Amino acid sequence: MACCRVDRTGRRPGEPGGSEPEKEDKPGVSTIDDVKPIPVTIGGVRGGPAVRTLRRDPWWKSPAFTFVVLTLFVAYTVWAVFQNADYFVGISQHRDLISPLYSPCIVGSCVPGSHGTFLVLHWWMLTPALIGLSGPGLFRSTCYYYRKAYYRSFWQSPPGCAVADGHKRYTGESRFPLILQNIHRYAWYVAIAWNVILTIDAIMAYRLPGDGGIGVSVGSLVLTANAAALWMYSLSCHACRHVTGGHVNEFSKAPIRHRLWKVVSKLNAIHMQFAWVSLFVVVIADAYVRMVAAGWFTDPKLF
Amino acid sequence: MADVTMRVWRGDSTGGDFADYTMPAVEGEVVLDVLHRIQAGPAPDLACRWNCKAGKCGSCSAEINGMPRLMCMTRMDELPTEEPVVVAPMKTFPIIRDLVTDVSFNYVMARQLPPLKPRAPEADGTYRMQQVDVERGQEFRKCIECFLCQNVCHVIRDHEENKPNYAGPRLFIRYMELESHPLDTNDRRELLRQRMGIGLCNITKCCTEVCPEHIKITDNAIIPLKERVVDSSYDPIAWLGRKILRRTKRGAVEVAQDAPAFTAPTSEDRLERQTLPVMVGTAVGAGNPSTAASAGPGAGPAEAAGGTGPTAAGDPFGTDAGA
Repeated sequence: MACCRVDRTGRRPGEPGGSEPEKEDKPGVSTIDDVKPIPVTIGGVRGGPAVRTLRRDPWWKSPAFTFVVLTLFVAYTVWAVFQNADYFVGISQHRDLISPLYSPCIVGSCVPGSHGTFLVLHWWMLTPALIGLSGPGLFRSTCYYYRKAYYRSFWQSPPGCAVADGHKRYTGESRFPLILQNIHRYAWYVAIAWNVILTIDAIMAYRLPGDGGIGVSVGSLVLTANAAALWMYSLSCHACRHVTGGHVNEFSKAPIRHRLWKVVSKLNAIHMQFAWVSLFVVVIADAYVRMVAAGWFTDPKLF
Repeated sequence: MADVTMRVWRGDSTGGDFADYTMPAVEGEVVLDVLHRIQAGPAPDLACRWNCKAGKCGSCSAEINGMPRLMCMTRMDELPTEEPVVVAPMKTFPIIRDLVTDVSFNYVMARQLPPLKPRAPEADGTYRMQQVDVERGQEFRKCIECFLCQNVCHVIRDHEENKPNYAGPRLFIRYMELESHPLDTNDRRELLRQRMGIGLCNITKCCTEVCPEHIKITDNAIIPLKERVVDSSYDPIAWLGRKILRRTKRGAVEVAQDAPAFTAPTSEDRLERQTLPVMVGTAVGAGNPSTAASAGPGAGPAEAAGGTGPTAAGDPFGTDAGA
């Protein structure tokens, strides 16, 4: 029995007369023996009309927008992943530019030069983007913001606030498979590793051919913007907020974690914006590298 | 000025329908003002709950043009006037009459919340807390218990069967306040996971959208609670750490036994209510202020009919399985 349980006289179990409270003789007076969990009333008659929603404002606009944009993103990504070409611009065109969808290129099917010094999975002959997308894809698909976005727009659960759920049964994230959303923290760790790789890609894009000097091109700026957007997106993550300081109960005894938590909390307030910006920037970066690699134009050198 | 038409739900548990009332518009009014004029004029029997008219008592919750809002904080001039203003009762809770609903579900869940269990006091017999330690929970203290978040949450709004296993956003902020309390030694994470439905929430943020106190319920309470539950149940490294350090988690039943529902000699049983009107709601040793409110005016009886709770006094769930 829990320590704080007391009977009506304030005695705790173990105290004289406290462990087995006697039933009082007064008729109708409850004692600890009568305690029982409180049943929840379900099935009561509800007020209001039996309609899906009474809202008249255009509540459907936001989920419709999300639906369209995420569908376009998924369609583009699937196309880009299975195209398995035009994802790397080699030194022949003055820069090492690699699409963020295909990085790290560590498999046997990578085009020459794109894998740098790392070539781990020699036997892998499918598109390298399956590896390149695995970490960020896991992170993005279990992200607390994107969960809200796709639960509303795709799964209709609910499509909008005070708009009826599109499903009769609902178990949320308490059952398989959605209970797997709890791996988000580990997806975050993986995403951090990916950010490091993509940052290295961005730095490599500043190298000049030949003498190894440094120059700036539009491509190097695009990859830098991509890495920066991904860093902001992952550092504003709710799991990051918990890991850096959210788990602490006494901030006064953990000043560094408190400071970190305050910084991440500020970023976390605009996590949604970072989620969208980074999504668009990844697509732009991939499309840019793809166009240069396909020979549509040469990566303009700024200096 | 022009007239406004209010389309107000009239009815009780036997049924109802909307009724239109056309009133002259008055500048600066809120929805509740117009309802009061309707009560003073064409419909003196219109039932609505209200108290402070300042957005601080949380009584006048309703659904205005379909959105859960406080009637006293919704200005008429921000609503479209070309169509009638629709005012309906909160949908999630059983209707009592017109705009008044029985919100006792929330008090029932509040009474099952294990209260603060402070660590031992310092040598001089006192407790000391720094401001940085308590300011996170102070946001949650702004809650006025209007239950708009509970009402809008689709987990129970659209799925009545989830009610026995879902504390709801209002209580999640209370759980978070206690879980992050610098003095608290209780561990409610298993209770949250197994019984109070933290896994049922799919963080679609409607609770945050409707909160009149602008509490960041999802970002500051529900998601941190989910992360804490990940710590206790879904994190293999934390699991390994517990094994090495030989720390054990408190089970859901064990934690639940700290709840006021266990220590308070009371029952929501209808028969007992009839015979013991004075005793009902008298909590002994209960530290949760919400408990006292369960007997307050406006809280309808939680009738036993259809109740699903097991009756064994030693085990609130019958089994440890819960959800």
